[in-house]
Amino acid sequence: MERFVQVLVDGIATGSIYAAVALALVLIFRSTGIVNFAQGEMAMFSTFVAWGLYEAGVPLGFAVLSTLVLSFLAGMAIERTLIRHFEGGEVLTLVIVTLGLFILLNGLAGWIWGFENRAFPSLFPDDAVDVVGVRLSVESLGIVAVLLGVVGLLFLLFQRTKIGLAMRAAALNPESSALVGVRVGTMLMLGWGLAAALGALAGVLVAPRLFLDVNLMGSVLIYAFAAAALGGFDSALGAVVGGWVIGVSENLAGTYVDFIGADLKILVPLGIIFVVLLVRPAGLFGTREVARA
Amino acid sequence: MTSPRVRISVICALAALAVAIPFLFGPYRVGQFTLVLVYAVAVLGLNLLVGYNGQISLGHGAFFALGAYSAALLIEKANVPHLLAVPAAGAVCFVAGYLFGIPALRLRGLYLALVTLGLAIAFPQLIKRFDGLTDGTQGLTVAQPVAPSWLGLADDQFLYLLVLAFAALMFLGAWNLVRGQLGRAITAVRDAEIPAATLGVDLGATKTRVFAVSAAYAGVGGALYVFAIGFVAPEAFTLTLSFAFLAAIVVGGLATISGAVFGALFIEFVPVYASDVNDALTGVIYGGVLIAFMWLLPEGAAGLLHRVRGLMARHRDRREWASEEKDLTPEGGAA
Amino acid sequence: MSLLEVEGLHAAYGPVRVLQGLDFSVEQGRKAAVLGPNGAGKTTILRALSGMVNARGRVEFDGQSLVGKPTAEIARRGVAHVPEGRGTFGSLTVEENLRLGAYVRSDGEEVRKDLHQVYGWFPRLGERQGQAAGSLSGGEQQMLAVARALMLRPRLLMLDEPSLGIAPIIGKELFRALGEICDEHGMTVLLVEQNAGLALDFADHAYVLESGRIALSGEADQIKGDDDVRRSYMGY
Repeated sequence: MERFVQVLVDGIATGSIYAAVALALVLIFRSTGIVNFAQGEMAMFSTFVAWGLYEAGVPLGFAVLSTLVLSFLAGMAIERTLIRHFEGGEVLTLVIVTLGLFILLNGLAGWIWGFENRAFPSLFPDDAVDVVGVRLSVESLGIVAVLLGVVGLLFLLFQRTKIGLAMRAAALNPESSALVGVRVGTMLMLGWGLAAALGALAGVLVAPRLFLDVNLMGSVLIYAFAAAALGGFDSALGAVVGGWVIGVSENLAGTYVDFIGADLKILVPLGIIFVVLLVRPAGLFGTREVARA
Repeated sequence: MTSPRVRISVICALAALAVAIPFLFGPYRVGQFTLVLVYAVAVLGLNLLVGYNGQISLGHGAFFALGAYSAALLIEKANVPHLLAVPAAGAVCFVAGYLFGIPALRLRGLYLALVTLGLAIAFPQLIKRFDGLTDGTQGLTVAQPVAPSWLGLADDQFLYLLVLAFAALMFLGAWNLVRGQLGRAITAVRDAEIPAATLGVDLGATKTRVFAVSAAYAGVGGALYVFAIGFVAPEAFTLTLSFAFLAAIVVGGLATISGAVFGALFIEFVPVYASDVNDALTGVIYGGVLIAFMWLLPEGAAGLLHRVRGLMARHRDRREWASEEKDLTPEGGAA
Repeated sequence: MSLLEVEGLHAAYGPVRVLQGLDFSVEQGRKAAVLGPNGAGKTTILRALSGMVNARGRVEFDGQSLVGKPTAEIARRGVAHVPEGRGTFGSLTVEENLRLGAYVRSDGEEVRKDLHQVYGWFPRLGERQGQAAGSLSGGEQQMLAVARALMLRPRLLMLDEPSLGIAPIIGKELFRALGEICDEHGMTVLLVEQNAGLALDFADHAYVLESGRIALSGEADQIKGDDDVRRSYMGY
């Protein structure tokens, strides 16, 4: 029983990381209407930057915070300089552009930091606590707490602030937004900035568990896609729930179902994507019009 | 546009050039060009789906792999003659594409992209899983077609010409398809689904058929890949390959037949040259070139050529009109 | 000098020229209406003024040129445009829609007061404060669209065919309420309307648009009273 709870909590922790990336995807999908295939590589790049700062002697917490800020700025810059040019155009063009960005960032990270893997320190102590008689790792609990905190902040931003309202409006109806004086372009930039920061956060949370190398976020991205598909690409709540469901089922399957080995594990989220999109394309919480052919 | 006579002479010239290649270059180069032909066939299939029919697939590499493995297994384990393995691989992929298409094509753009992305990632894993059949990560060595002695050609030259023959057939097929009834239905679906439906085009059936045809082309390409390389392993068919095919059609030019060749040249040679320039920067150069193409040349290389031809034709027409005018009105005066 | 001065306004959608050189003006505190049949280009005028359509010519608002400025900047100058089709944010609540109307304002306390005032003018919006705007009826959505524009405390209020798609009784009531509000606050209004009767009762001055040009200009009372004009230009 204790084992089960541990696996469950661990799954929620991993799921929280997927949820963070899924939230980033949803943010961009809602504002710019595209799926950012480069989200994972952007996060990986940010994680390397954090590592670089840490190696240079900056205390970990500060390095992570600075990375979040830098990622925010970088996300804004990418929207303004690259994506802006293609907005409103063909979907396929944007797919290629984000794929191109994927390849470019992957190569750039490899060029700057090399292709070997390295260790990344955890933000949390390597410890365990007793919760209701079950020993749970501090790291897992910490990750879940961070995600909940982030979700809370995002909620406050979008539901209780003027600028959050403007961002929602710009995503819903750019023309009407302009008519009330909202600078839609700026709102899009903010959306991309936030998404980039979210991705960076996911990166620094997941890096201690896997190795930090250029392929760090490769499979995480797939899991995040599955989470977003499950939750509904235009639903933030869906991204979180989806992430947790995927994280938990991945962990449960890995622990209790024998025939799913290490390399077949990726088939779990892929299978989920396939089934969800076939049975209920809008996902659990998404709006129906978005996905129907 | 350009007159049919000019068109035909250009095509003949290009065909002659294509046939001449194995005699102009050494074996390594010829091998590269053989791969270009292989990729061109696959890219052509993807272009039918994406360019002409407006659907996004990130999973083309999976069908390519399916075709390659089908051909490999048929040749190595079932002793099927090489020439038969090609259409067989195509048929297998046609069926697979059809079956996959039926449910998948109910999805809109990005969601279809996601599902096909899943397919592209899953397939190599599946290959590894069923290693009893596929020899998993080790890979499978396949006997390549050997030049019959009476032709007096080297193996690489024969291989190139054999692949060229198949490729030419596939291109002819595509050209025919696009101009025929199915072709019109395909483009009608891309341009406007609702009007197409009211005109009697069966959307679902058309889309599924195109998906199946496009998969079949990938399958044939995969089989030809086996001819060219003589070895299959899961690592050769990763997600990168699907990306490459997609890049090829946009670089080459959507909804163009000739674009497939440009695209294939791009994906075969750019990574090689990129790694010549700087090994570590390959990704940067490849990704950068992709983005640059989208920014500067969204219609692809074929589109650019099209525009240039258009400009030249208009220029020539204008001069013709002007000279006609002069004939009719002795007082002179251009338009 | 007029608050809004337009001279030689040309606008086109691609090759189709819609506005072929318009001259008109609206004086501060006055209500002007532009009438005309469908397709004459009425909506295009407002879209051109809001920077939503490419236009050339001279457009001066309070002495400053609007031509070539982006829509958001024009709104920030105090031009509130209630678009054709209302442009409400369907999945946001009524109150969120109204707050967006006041987005560019920084006087939070006054915004709160204005919100209160708006609910006073349109009690039905007050009742549906927390409801999604898309769940409102057509007439209520039009009220919401107008109220949102008023939340800007605009210097110029532009309305695009407010009577379109709502029941006649509600349309009449809307115009009555709007007339009262505008008169009370000395609002400068540019109205584009197909329903000549409603428009002429509401406005001080009227222009009649025909095929992209101003065919007639005069005081609303006079045009209303002139049977010949009414018959030839408005068909009644």
